[in-house]
Amino acid sequence: MFEFCSNPDALSGLTWLSCYLTTTKHTALYVSFGTVLLLLAITAPVSLLFGFFGAAAARARFLPLRWFGKAYIALVRGIPDIALFLFFVIALDQAVEWTRHKILCPGWTEPIRQGNDFVVCAAAKMPLGTAPQWVHEAYGFSLAVFTFAIVFGAFAANVMFGAMRAVPRAQIETAEAYGMSHRQAFWRVMVPQMWVYALPGLSNLWMILIKATPLLFLLGVEDIVYWARELGGTKTSRFTSYPHGDWRMWYFLGLLVFYLMFTRVSEIFLERLMRRLSHGQATTGGESQRKAAA
Amino acid sequence: MNKLMITAAALAMCASMASAETIRMGTEGAYPPWNFINDDGEVDGFERALGDELCKRAELTCEWVTNDWDSIIPNLVSGNYDTIIAGMSVTAERDEVIDFTDQYTLPDPSGYLALSKDADIKGGVLAAQTGTIQAAWVAEQGITLVEFATPEETVAAVRNGEADAVLADATYLGPIAAEDDALVMLEQEVMIGGGVGMGIRESDTELKEKFNKAIQSMKADGSLNKLIVEWEIGETFP
Repeated sequence: MFEFCSNPDALSGLTWLSCYLTTTKHTALYVSFGTVLLLLAITAPVSLLFGFFGAAAARARFLPLRWFGKAYIALVRGIPDIALFLFFVIALDQAVEWTRHKILCPGWTEPIRQGNDFVVCAAAKMPLGTAPQWVHEAYGFSLAVFTFAIVFGAFAANVMFGAMRAVPRAQIETAEAYGMSHRQAFWRVMVPQMWVYALPGLSNLWMILIKATPLLFLLGVEDIVYWARELGGTKTSRFTSYPHGDWRMWYFLGLLVFYLMFTRVSEIFLERLMRRLSHGQATTGGESQRKAAA
Repeated sequence: MNKLMITAAALAMCASMASAETIRMGTEGAYPPWNFINDDGEVDGFERALGDELCKRAELTCEWVTNDWDSIIPNLVSGNYDTIIAGMSVTAERDEVIDFTDQYTLPDPSGYLALSKDADIKGGVLAAQTGTIQAAWVAEQGITLVEFATPEETVAAVRNGEADAVLADATYLGPIAAEDDALVMLEQEVMIGGGVGMGIRESDTELKEKFNKAIQSMKADGSLNKLIVEWEIGETFP
């Protein structure tokens, strides 16, 4: 990157470090921070959506829908994250390919499962074998996002289910006394008021979600953990211009600092949000705000 | 007219792209000199050079992907990539699950790397990477074995005293011993397993034939031996 980096062997101290930290391989590490942020930016709203509909389903009046909502929450909450992750990504991938195979290659007579191999016709491959590498990476990433959303959606559903029940019954009764239908009372009275009850649980979930992002590494996405491990490993001078010993500890320490800073910033932001949402609410938080102002 | 020519050119390009099959080459990227990630973040090493040449001869377009060693066979079988080219020795156990091409190296002796020349091999603790021929061999001998997911961790275990020695391909351990004064290669070596070949799905016989032909042609004109010498991958083919 810098001109003085052309001969790394002659460098020492800070100049060596500045060259070392700007290799193309290190750029990949910096980009992977973006991967983590992107994962959070997509997963958080999607799992909130899953959570909302999960909660709404779990308290629906229509019985099968209620069963569905409750089963979703109970199943996902009861299974270890890692087991679910490892299962889902393979199962989802094979399900997609199996479906595409049935639709796209009706003339195919050979069995899909041949011993150990899972064989579908070339047109049913997802993504296609001829697709460039970034398509494969994007596909793997979206599978990961979807799995994250399902897992965290279930936890969010449980939080919101509780939050909906925490809205004082009197509020709903008043709405009904004004002649609102069930649907109107739900959307106009319950939903706006439930957030203040949901937020402590949801902010906790957000913290757990941030901390769960290294699971991407398990799913084969080249995230910060992958690059930290790869860059930190011992490098001998035959295979790199920047030989060094086992520096994995320092790279992982960097990751710790990153995550700690990230969760701290989130905490400050969520605290502010809580203060705003409590304003004018019939909760202890809202009450103390009212008293302080009076 | 101009537009027509562009369209024709685009069509021709599409046609030529379709004819060259894309093959995804799966490797570990953590086992120099066989395969590793270089400073530019690209797969490099003996197998990169070999694989690119094989693909050229077999008229395939090849794309390199990395995958952890412990899941490298399952991910081949489920179709995430089409070949394994990761210093994988041909063994009967692996051959039951996947197929191998012709071997592109002669059997490579496994060496021990330890903190001192008089390390206790028989009574001590040996480190090896999970799922390697070395790990299986140590277990068979009844020696205490600690397994690690990556080659890097096996060497780290010796450095911090968790294991008395690490058993791995001598070609991998050599460069590490050469640069670290604290580590030495023991003189004794063991011959485990056959040579190294590319792993291919059992249902992919056509691809296997293509690579076999390419490997044969590289053996015949001496270019394979040249690569073996260049990357110091043990003995050359006679």
